[in-house]
Amino acid sequence: MALLSFVNVTKRFGKILALDRLSIEVNDGDYLCILGPTGSGKTTLLKLMAGLLNPDEGTIYFDGKPVNEVNIQNRNAVYVPQRYALFPHLTVLENVAFGPLARGKPDSVALETASKTLDLVRLSSRAQALPNELSGGMQQRVALARGLASGARLLLLDEPLSAIDARLRLDLRHKIRDIVKESGLTAIHVTHDQDEAMSVGDEIMILRHGRIQDLGPPRRVYRKPAGISVANLFGGASFFEGIVENTVGETALISARGLIIQAPSRTLTLTSPVILGLRKERVRISRDEPDLDNVFRGEIRSVRYLGNSKEYLIRLSNGDSIASRQFADNKVGFKVRDQVSVSFRENDVMVFEYPVLGLSRELEVT
Amino acid sequence: MSGADSRVDSSSTLTRLLLFLERVSANPGIIKAVYSIAVLFFLSIVITPAVAGIIAQMLSLSSLELNGVVLTRMERAVSWSFIIGLVVSTLDVLAGIPLAWVIVRKRGRWTTILDSLADIPFVVPTVALGFSILEFWSSPLGIAQLFGYSLVTPGSALIMLLHFAFSFPVIVRVMVGEFLNYRETYEVAARTLGASTFTAVRTVTFPILRPGILAAFLLALARSLSETGATIVVAGAFENGTVFISNARSAGLTSAVVVASLILIVTSLVVFALIKIIAPRIRITPLRVWPKFERKLGRPPVVAARDAASITIFLVFVLFPCLFIALPAILAVASGTGTEAIAGTGPWGAFWSSMLLSYTIAVVATVLNIISGLPMAILIARNRYGTRITRIVDVLVDLPIIVPSLALGVSLNFFWRNMGSLPEFWVIVLAHMTITYSYFVRAMTASIQEVQPELEDAAKTLGARPLRVFRRITLPLTKYALLSGAILVFTRSVDETGATSAVSKTLKTAPILLVSWIKGTVPVTPAERALGVGFLVVTSFLALVVLRLVAIRQPSRKVT
Repeated sequence: MALLSFVNVTKRFGKILALDRLSIEVNDGDYLCILGPTGSGKTTLLKLMAGLLNPDEGTIYFDGKPVNEVNIQNRNAVYVPQRYALFPHLTVLENVAFGPLARGKPDSVALETASKTLDLVRLSSRAQALPNELSGGMQQRVALARGLASGARLLLLDEPLSAIDARLRLDLRHKIRDIVKESGLTAIHVTHDQDEAMSVGDEIMILRHGRIQDLGPPRRVYRKPAGISVANLFGGASFFEGIVENTVGETALISARGLIIQAPSRTLTLTSPVILGLRKERVRISRDEPDLDNVFRGEIRSVRYLGNSKEYLIRLSNGDSIASRQFADNKVGFKVRDQVSVSFRENDVMVFEYPVLGLSRELEVT
Repeated sequence: MSGADSRVDSSSTLTRLLLFLERVSANPGIIKAVYSIAVLFFLSIVITPAVAGIIAQMLSLSSLELNGVVLTRMERAVSWSFIIGLVVSTLDVLAGIPLAWVIVRKRGRWTTILDSLADIPFVVPTVALGFSILEFWSSPLGIAQLFGYSLVTPGSALIMLLHFAFSFPVIVRVMVGEFLNYRETYEVAARTLGASTFTAVRTVTFPILRPGILAAFLLALARSLSETGATIVVAGAFENGTVFISNARSAGLTSAVVVASLILIVTSLVVFALIKIIAPRIRITPLRVWPKFERKLGRPPVVAARDAASITIFLVFVLFPCLFIALPAILAVASGTGTEAIAGTGPWGAFWSSMLLSYTIAVVATVLNIISGLPMAILIARNRYGTRITRIVDVLVDLPIIVPSLALGVSLNFFWRNMGSLPEFWVIVLAHMTITYSYFVRAMTASIQEVQPELEDAAKTLGARPLRVFRRITLPLTKYALLSGAILVFTRSVDETGATSAVSKTLKTAPILLVSWIKGTVPVTPAERALGVGFLVVTSFLALVVLRLVAIRQPSRKVT
């Protein structure tokens, strides 16, 4: 049974619609990542789960029971805010023991739970320190330990790594996942970092304008995104507008401002407008013309060096731009204004319905 | 030449002056000079007169002519000062915090009204407050009408009611500020960890806000220990420290005045130092929780009862007694007294000139305090002279609010009389500056400390000179504190009685005049004195409203 479910939950702040008839189910033991741009409703969603906000419409269920009216302290859902909110007047141990004590556990039991949990996050040596004596990464772990020790079943992490150095962040995100999994907890992890979401979530939810754009395992969401905005937010892509000219078996021929692009034909209607998307690592560039489904001529407009790879922006003969990422072992380097061949396989072309409000609207990230 | 042209002219002159000053401010020597002048000013105008006078006077006494009777009286009076101060300040904190809580957390139109109402006791001059409270609690026309007999006769109980009322708004003001600045995420975190609202507030919010609560308590205590004007009105035959000093002075017992003043000052300083040192070190073990009981305390009916109780206490013990004075004044306006007052006949000529004098002094003292206090506040907030000196200055700044106002007056009087022939007006202004200095510097220091130095640094790297950084960055970010500091200085100056009566010889400020009306030294009718006090209240309140309107919107109220 689902640990947590939302049925048609709507939340408004004045005229702003923060969440729009949202329905989800989170199963026991899941690690769900919520990815979305600023203002997409991520934090609102977390606060509704924690009981810090109440829905305007719809119902939230915990273990199958409606909890709209249940107090924050009885939800068994721990909210870990972005900057952790460690109590500055309490030691690390006391912070971690706060949950069990607040639920009426005797001192000895609470302190034992706390020290065990501190062991788990490897901070036993700092039990008597005050929070402001710890580094950001340590504070993060204390916040996590405090949540774990409270006996909550659901951990709500609001951008848990946003205040931490980039280098440490990579390390910590796996630690958090490991600790949560070891303790058999369910976690909801909100982030705006797509790499973080991809690497820690069992499932990823893409949120935009208060609606779920896509929900599924990271691999599926990356390879077959449910929509243009999902492809754009999760991995990014070059997009083209086109019209279905013809379909031949599994292949559709799509005319994009003078170029004919071969794409997988799902259920495409002739003459219907579509949007094509291409991941940059799927786009190859070369001096000679390779034997691929789609090969076009273009001119390099810019080069960005990224350490293990290079990113090129190429202008095609029809004036559209396409991005390509080439890994460093590719010895052939290109310069701005080089004339090159741009190629990609038919199956790598993502085909989307033409959005009602136009492409540029779909690509806005706020 | 049109008017518009001359305006452009004058504004460009002003711009040129500002640019000139900005250029000057880039000179490190000039900056140093400004700060040095501020410190010198502080030492010579604020600190020295406050204590030097009393010390010199003590040294000049050939012998301390104190007989046993006077000594016992003095001892008892001073101990009463501390008993009353500690009890009242504790009660004020207990009653003021729930009200501040209601104002901040139950956002709505009516809490905004409550917020403004809480300021009213601020604007009632303390002597009028004393009069109002006396009438409310003990006159046959006051609350006695409900019961058939007087509830509280002048004496220690009435002093407590008075001190409770005038310290209450200080607590509410400080605590509202504290609650507004508090990061509610701490409380939210505690609640998602399973703590009930009450437990979360008790174990997390209050311990974090302890410095603010302590500051509020000390302000209330200082005010209770040093207030003289209103206390005399309600004291009857009872004596606390300040009333004793006042009575001894009237009886010509100079040595008793000096000794009692010194004892009050020194004891206050010791008590303050002790509280400041000990209180932050007490390690309350907040981790004792009674989940069931505390959950009950957080239930809506209990919370509603608590809110109702705190509002009732505010209305019954603070607002009504403070405004009681307005009732006979309303009747008086309708009668012939009102027209007489406006025409300025009878005793009213003297009244209006004393009002004019009071407001002139208040404006001058406020302006001078802002000018001299700003560099001082920056100096303390930014640790300009290193931690140790800053800490000493920080403690010294509090001195004038600790010293009993009449003792301060005695000292100031002695000091300025011996400094040559300064006009009396300026002696009063200087005395008021000493008395009000701490309020402004305290408010500004706290606020400047909250401005991130990075903002100032950023402005500097963008090419702004020190004066421009201050005008464009620091000042706009601290203008609410500037306003509340100015309000405190202004209202304190308008309602000050104790020290003013000590330094004034012929000039009578409004509170001094009203004291003589209330005490019957000047023959007036009850309607007249009620109206006199009413005028002072109304004008002060209007001045406050105007100040608020001119200045600023409310500070933003943070959600989570």
